[in-house]
Amino acid sequence: MTELLARCAAVSHRYGTHTVLDVVNLEVPTGEVVGLLGANGAGKTTLIRILLGLLAPSSGSVSLLGAAPSRRARSRIGYVPQSLGLYEDLTAAENLDFTAAAFGGRTASLPAALAVPPGVLAGRLPLGLQRRLAFATAFAHSPRLYVLDEPTSGVDPLARTRLWDVIRDVADNGAGVLVTTHSMEEAEECDRLVMLAAGRVVADGTVAGIVGHSQVVTVTGDDWPGALSALERAGLRPSLVGRSLRVPGTDLAAARIALSGTGARARLAPATLEERFVELTAS
Amino acid sequence: MSWGLDGVSVERGAVTVLGAVTLEVTKGEIVAVVGGDGAGKSTLLAALAGLIRPSSGTIRRPERSRIGFLPASSGVYPDLTVSENLRFAASVYGLPERIAADRIRTLLERTGLAGAADRLGGRLSGGMRQKLGVARAMLHQPDLLILDEPTTGVDPVSRSDLWWLLTREVARGCAVVLSTTYLDEADRAGHVVVLRSGRVLTEGTPAAITAAVPGTLRTVAFRPAAPFAWRRGRTWRAWSADGGPDGDRVEPDLQDAVVLATLRAEGRP
Repeated sequence: MTELLARCAAVSHRYGTHTVLDVVNLEVPTGEVVGLLGANGAGKTTLIRILLGLLAPSSGSVSLLGAAPSRRARSRIGYVPQSLGLYEDLTAAENLDFTAAAFGGRTASLPAALAVPPGVLAGRLPLGLQRRLAFATAFAHSPRLYVLDEPTSGVDPLARTRLWDVIRDVADNGAGVLVTTHSMEEAEECDRLVMLAAGRVVADGTVAGIVGHSQVVTVTGDDWPGALSALERAGLRPSLVGRSLRVPGTDLAAARIALSGTGARARLAPATLEERFVELTAS
Repeated sequence: MSWGLDGVSVERGAVTVLGAVTLEVTKGEIVAVVGGDGAGKSTLLAALAGLIRPSSGTIRRPERSRIGFLPASSGVYPDLTVSENLRFAASVYGLPERIAADRIRTLLERTGLAGAADRLGGRLSGGMRQKLGVARAMLHQPDLLILDEPTTGVDPVSRSDLWWLLTREVARGCAVVLSTTYLDEADRAGHVVVLRSGRVLTEGTPAAITAAVPGTLRTVAFRPAAPFAWRRGRTWRAWSADGGPDGDRVEPDLQDAVVLATLRAEGRP
């Protein structure tokens, strides 16, 4: 049965007169991988701190594992920061032992996908294995909720799919996972995304639901640099993809007016998740 | 004009950091070098920039003053303000005062850093620091721009700004080579080189790389027994050298192509 492992209801937070979070709702149920996206300064870190009970919100309510956030609830959370939080001068095995002791000695046996050479100092492991070890230290105390910051950043594509395989498995086995990331590839691995912009939730749904039918103008032509200049004169910021330009922040009619006389052709193409994100953040 | 590496190897002791890599960077094009940590991306870029002497092979590059380089560490001086960082770079490049002031003002505005011009480099967010590093690398309008992971840790809004800046450089005739761990970003480049353990795993235009995927790729709802399988969100991809009976056939994207190439290079799933 699905239950809410983490819930922020109408959470707002202000520092003085500055509103960092403005009536934010966030829910992480069992079995789901939720991605929290937002530009720098959007309020992600503040929201996570509030969710974990490390910061009291100015208003709104928070529950963690069914109660107000507490030290006890936090002991059932597997948190992996981007900096990984490993002890670099302890071996992989010592890192696991130390974390297990700190969490009261509960240890789950690790799946093969989380195996790390036990005798090697954590600081000497390549980044991909450090990420695996950091996840293993969180995994070993069988948390009910995982909070992961860019869990597969910097690792090669195969290692990334293997780490995501483990993350999906813990969700399939009933844990909840909250991932914060700037990577659209990671975002596309999530079941549901919550997008924050300037402290507000601007989208909440699946990738398909958020991207929907939104489109972006693409421009092709022999003289794309000429088209670039024409579009810039209209205040647009196109970017090169292969030999064509993608032009966020405009519609077809306006782009065609800007391009008149350049010989370039404008048409619409389905927007990417990243383009949709930028659009939602700007509006 | 074209720059690049011809059969370049870099050895450190008994370790081959870069093994016989050939790379062509053409004026007006963006080349993306992709790979995980330790694949050899930084070594390749530093060799191209002339900061590492290769053990063998030849390197074609413009003279140093015509190269713009962003190291993986961003190279921003933490004790200088944003505008001091840029002014210092301008003086190193020997830009005349008026031209420097003009370019710095424009770049600050285009990167959205104008409001942070007096902030110390050490007090910038990751995204702002990377934008400053890129602005600094392009300040002297180089012929070859070499950027080591310019968008790692950068939020999508800043990443979009950075790609606009790169697009302008390419339009002016600059050759750009950048490294990235994001395949969706590599997908935008004119040419992609995928490195693994210092060697080229696969390369080409993104379309050519995906078109060259042999066999059949299917998407299936349950973990497949097939040896060449990997997860994508809630479903799996299963690859076979010939056809396969079950599931839906799917066109591979760059991520599938690179994962499969890595699995096949390992010779086992």
